[in-house]
Amino acid sequence: MQAARAGLFVTCLIDLIRPSAGFAAARLIEGAGCTVVVPDRQTCCGQPAYNSGDRSGALALALQTVRAFADCDYVVVPSGSCAAMLKIHYPRLFANADAATQKDVSAFAAKVHELCAFLADVRHIDAVPGRYQGRVTYHDACSGLRELGIKSAPRKLLALVPGVDLNEMSEPEACCGFGGLFAEKYPGISNAIVTRKLDDATAADAGLLLAGDLGCLMNIAGKMSRTGCSVACRHIAEVLAGELSDPPIGRGPAEHP
Amino acid sequence: MKPSSSRFPDNAAAALANPRLRAALDTLPGGLVAQRRAAVAAVPEFEALREAARAIRDATLDDLASHLEAFETKAISMGSKVHWASDASEACRIVLDICRAARARLVVKGKSMVSEEIGLNAHLEAEGLEVVESDLGEYIIQKRGETPSHIIAPAIHLTEADVAADFRAYHTHLPADRRLDTPQSLVAEARNVLRQKFLAADVGITGANFLVAETGSSIIVTNEGNGDLAQTLPRVHIVVATIDKVVPTLTEAMTLLRVLARSATGQDMTAYTTLATGPRRPGDLDGPEQSHIVLIDNGRSEMLASDMRDALRCIRCGACMNHCPVYNAIGGHAYGWVYPGPIGAVLTPSLLGIVETSHLPNASTFCGSCETVCPVKIPLVSLMRTWRERAKQQRLETWPARALSKLWISTATRPALYHLLARVAVAIGGALGRRKGRFSSLPFARGWLAHRELPAPQGRTFQQLWRETERGVPR
Ligand code: SF4
Repeated sequence: MQAARAGLFVTCLIDLIRPSAGFAAARLIEGAGCTVVVPDRQTCCGQPAYNSGDRSGALALALQTVRAFADCDYVVVPSGSCAAMLKIHYPRLFANADAATQKDVSAFAAKVHELCAFLADVRHIDAVPGRYQGRVTYHDACSGLRELGIKSAPRKLLALVPGVDLNEMSEPEACCGFGGLFAEKYPGISNAIVTRKLDDATAADAGLLLAGDLGCLMNIAGKMSRTGCSVACRHIAEVLAGELSDPPIGRGPAEHP
Repeated sequence: MKPSSSRFPDNAAAALANPRLRAALDTLPGGLVAQRRAAVAAVPEFEALREAARAIRDATLDDLASHLEAFETKAISMGSKVHWASDASEACRIVLDICRAARARLVVKGKSMVSEEIGLNAHLEAEGLEVVESDLGEYIIQKRGETPSHIIAPAIHLTEADVAADFRAYHTHLPADRRLDTPQSLVAEARNVLRQKFLAADVGITGANFLVAETGSSIIVTNEGNGDLAQTLPRVHIVVATIDKVVPTLTEAMTLLRVLARSATGQDMTAYTTLATGPRRPGDLDGPEQSHIVLIDNGRSEMLASDMRDALRCIRCGACMNHCPVYNAIGGHAYGWVYPGPIGAVLTPSLLGIVETSHLPNASTFCGSCETVCPVKIPLVSLMRTWRERAKQQRLETWPARALSKLWISTATRPALYHLLARVAVAIGGALGRRKGRFSSLPFARGWLAHRELPAPQGRTFQQLWRETERGVPR
């Protein structure tokens, strides 16, 4: 039997800022018995446009993405918010399109999975390559949690990593204040929100904070660096895949023993 | 009240810089939020109840006109007088006329958000009437000359110490050495002061949580019992309510009350749930001589016909704001008008227009917490997004924002160009940021960098590395 073709939707942030998390994701998907393909006609999922009220821009990007992955059995996304965009909002965007397009889009949406949900709930993997010695905590990013219901999958996967000691924050589901362009447009409010997240993460007494969304991670890590907080931040795929050779998010080589 | 929603960023900055406000808001997670969580956990069928509540509201809105007519007919037959007001000024005029006809001088009020919306107090006071708010929170902010900062807890922006200090300043006829260090002592003092007003008042004005078409009654829920006194003691009772408050039957109202109290304060039932059905009848021991109901449109029928219709399901429980990270950070006054939080970000543009209010739907992280708690399942995020679309269509954003988003789309829809530009940008960013792994200052992203560092790119794009290594892990 031929291995399933899993298209990796890299997400623009991982493509630009943190390719190592993308490779971690690719390795995990491969480990789950799929052939990984990375269509080069993909760029951005269109969420920034969609959420800033630019429907036509979002539609153009959505159509481009749907076409880029036409020959894949799965579309796997290492981000809950991009995955929700592809899976939930694309069909809404095309609600008034012609029947053929609607059919394509809903077939596409059915193939889309967030990375952790894909590994744990679709492929039911029972081992991961990574190992990590120490205490970690996990931030439930909003879209993945509330739009896709991703809660247990990352925890199931972390339980497969030898050495990981997961210590939950008191409010792991609290928003980190990123909100895409929100953090740039309303920096003061965003700062107040992320400060709470930092306090909670610090209280969890973990050396490493993990999440499935690079946007939130850049926000939290950026705030941690600014305040001198010692908790490091990584994409969960990095720990699951054992891709720890790059420094944590927002840290330089000197801070990475 | 004069809206200040267009100054939202300044309002928010002031709120963030106010440590007393932050201290007051810090009580939300352990207070109303925790109380709701416990109450919902105790009702296994809560999700089904939410769905039932949504369905009741939707079905009522589908046929709003006939339910309103049914309500009017029944209310008249129970002896109430029903008045229709198309907008705020008409509503205020009707209330004033009723007060004048009754030769009223003193009006006591129960808590009512719509009276805030139409500016009723100011209107009556300008005509020489004395208006006294009887809800403790409303009483406090009326004394302070403020507006409510929350739809069910109007003085939530104040701490107990703030209120105690205010009471010492206002109630100078009471002994200076009295104790005011518990919520109970504050309520007791307000009660004693207000009792005199209740007894002397000519007119009582209340809002309505629901108007029941089947019985012609208005329903109010309170925890202080002030609403009951306001509607039974004075000679004249006036209900002010918007037209979306109608519910066909008592049974349906009960379902809504079950989700309302739990969502609002985490109570199974509020301490007082009071129905008012017409004036005092022969043989009744108490009750008003006249009962008036003012049904106010003020933009609702326009909303009903628009894509904001779902927002009319709102039963004003306040859960969306209690669970909103933005509201928790800045409180309600920053939103600049009567309705704060996520529902405010949808209602305010609907009622005042998007031009002056476009910050409100934009100032959300879209975390979606509001939607998950809303007892009538209003898709608040989608509705805010629709307002963002309107704002965009009306070119309400700044020109750099508009230019940037255009540039992003035109690049991102050309993958080859996009990947090339991405390589260049990431190579530069990677080289500049390599040593620290982040940026502390840049000529752009000022908002971001004001409070946090920007993680630097690793130096090459994923697409580039993937092509170079022909799928697989480099290094
Ligand atoms: S929108 Fe929903 S959660 Fe918010 S006040 Fe209205 S009913 Fe309550």
